[in-house]
Amino acid sequence: MKWIKIRLERVYEAPIWLQIFVAIFSLAVALMIAAFIFLAHGIDPVSAYAKIFHDSFLTEHGIEFSIVKLIPLLLCSLGLIVAFKANVWNIGAEGQLLMGSVAATWIALYGMKGYPSWLIIPSMYLLGFLAGALWAFIPAILKAKFEVNEIIATLMMNYIAMKIVEFLIYGPWRGATTWRYPITDEFPIEARLPLIPGTSIHWPTLLISLALVPLVYLLLKETKIGYEINVYGLNPEAARYAGINKTKVLAFVMIISGGLAGLAGVGEVAGIHHRLRYPWTISCGYGYTAIITAWLARLNPLVLLPVTFFFGGLLVGGDVIRIDLQLPISVVYLFNGLILLSLVSSELILRYRIKVTLVGGAGR
Amino acid sequence: MTSSLIIELGHLLNISIKAGTPLLLASLGEVYAERSGVLNLGLEGIMLIGAATGFIVAYSTGCPELGVLAAIVAGAIIGLLHAFVCISLQANQVVAGLALVMVGTGLSSLMARDYVGIALKRALRPVKIPGLSRIPIIGEGFFHHDILVYASYFITLILWFIMYKTKYGIWIRAVGEDPSAADAMGVNVYLVRYICTTFGGAMAGLAGAHISLAYTPMWVEGITVGRGWIALALVIFAMWDPLRAMIGAYLFGTTEVLQYWLQMPLQAMGIDPSLLGTFPYVATIIVLLVGSFERIRKRIGAPASLGKPYVRGF
Repeated sequence: MKWIKIRLERVYEAPIWLQIFVAIFSLAVALMIAAFIFLAHGIDPVSAYAKIFHDSFLTEHGIEFSIVKLIPLLLCSLGLIVAFKANVWNIGAEGQLLMGSVAATWIALYGMKGYPSWLIIPSMYLLGFLAGALWAFIPAILKAKFEVNEIIATLMMNYIAMKIVEFLIYGPWRGATTWRYPITDEFPIEARLPLIPGTSIHWPTLLISLALVPLVYLLLKETKIGYEINVYGLNPEAARYAGINKTKVLAFVMIISGGLAGLAGVGEVAGIHHRLRYPWTISCGYGYTAIITAWLARLNPLVLLPVTFFFGGLLVGGDVIRIDLQLPISVVYLFNGLILLSLVSSELILRYRIKVTLVGGAGR
Repeated sequence: MTSSLIIELGHLLNISIKAGTPLLLASLGEVYAERSGVLNLGLEGIMLIGAATGFIVAYSTGCPELGVLAAIVAGAIIGLLHAFVCISLQANQVVAGLALVMVGTGLSSLMARDYVGIALKRALRPVKIPGLSRIPIIGEGFFHHDILVYASYFITLILWFIMYKTKYGIWIRAVGEDPSAADAMGVNVYLVRYICTTFGGAMAGLAGAHISLAYTPMWVEGITVGRGWIALALVIFAMWDPLRAMIGAYLFGTTEVLQYWLQMPLQAMGIDPSLLGTFPYVATIIVLLVGSFERIRKRIGAPASLGKPYVRGF
């Protein structure tokens, strides 16, 4: 007599094809749930999705804008990957991005007014990086030294950054030539990022973000600090016994992830808006969407490139139908949330393997 | 002079408690969820859904009490969803909670998109408790409120009692500290966690209803403005104790009120008051910091299995 024995086995490294399948599967589930919600609100989901897809990936303008949106998403998610690898939950990319914008605006309008472009632009990136890094460093130190929960702290820093931007545009930085609108004056020509001719893609930021993809990959894979980040992320206790300095790891990952978000903020104000304005119109939730793209790429910087391009497209198409159908801005969050939720839910498939074996007779 | 001071103080206490009540309700539910070992970062999203559902039902039926019920049910449904994802599907609880915040933010503004800026015709109105409300300061502070504030007094006491004085409380704490030991004792780990997480969702829904039906009885997108996150910070500050959550919530209510009260004097001193808006968020970080000093000193930590899915036999 033979028995068929079915049992679950723990899997530690799922095969690549299964990982890709799970990612696509969860995207499909999320889009289906969203379709039902749209239906319930009297919106035809099929034509809405067709329009999103067409407008963002099948037209020249669509691809151009998808790349424009890819830039901040890629920078923010690259940074988040470094933090998430260390199991440090930086939810503050949104605020770190805004602080980068504030720094760039200060340089453009006040700090280096009248300087030539080749001095202003590198300084904007440098100070933007530092501003974002500082904004992330505060929660990092609070966590390292006093065990303050970084999730809540980084999120609170987002709100504080938003309030600071509002304070600046309503107060001391309100433009002299803006008819009392709460925006700053336009950046001088020297402080605007060059574009790829005929498009609105600010290529210096694109170049930086693309160059950072292999760099972050190598940082995590090949360097000593990358190794320490991985160990600390997997098991902080073990890291302590291995002599890994907790404060150093926390400070490092937060400075990198905050700094990269800060760079994204520089790109947004110096490459697109050319002024500081209402915080949401600058950050557009990139800092939150980046959490999803980082997770969808399974914290692999190389996978991030197609993922952020796809998400850039979703945001572009989402904007189009949102305006067409007069939906509130935050509907984009509904999409994002559903995708993230179905993604984490389906990860169970990656953790276990169903093992079916034939077990021979008598002993059983 | 003194009589006007008494009135002012009573008034300050009154609004502090009113402002603290949604924080209190949400943190009480989260205390239970976290004590059982399930972290729900999605409070902000669930509060938004509760606030939107409550508002829509109250507006269309004209009955705010029905709105409260609907908000509780909506919150419980989302809580149950979180329980399913985190307990049965063993998902990463941090990511699942963040996803809930996004879903709640988007869904609430989609649901209530036709109600933006509309004020409620019949909101939950404050009722004076006869006799008690005539005590100076305390009377105005504690006994001149809407029904949800009174309910929150009782809920806090009952939840404290269940947690520390009944066997159910022991079950919940055991499941959150050491689920395999609890399992061996014959406690159904999954059931306890499901119930606590769903209850936490219902309380967050109720908290949202208090905002949109009593505290600021109207609908605007993102009406909770970060209160869900502050409630999460409060749970840590409260060291997972319902009574301490009450004290913390009212302290926070006071900081929320102070930012309005300080506007005039600051302006008079020539300081721009618009940065006062950062006050609740800075206060949250400071409170987390102070709380962690105390926790380190008293060696009290989070429930040991918080955030870790329980799988029998692995």
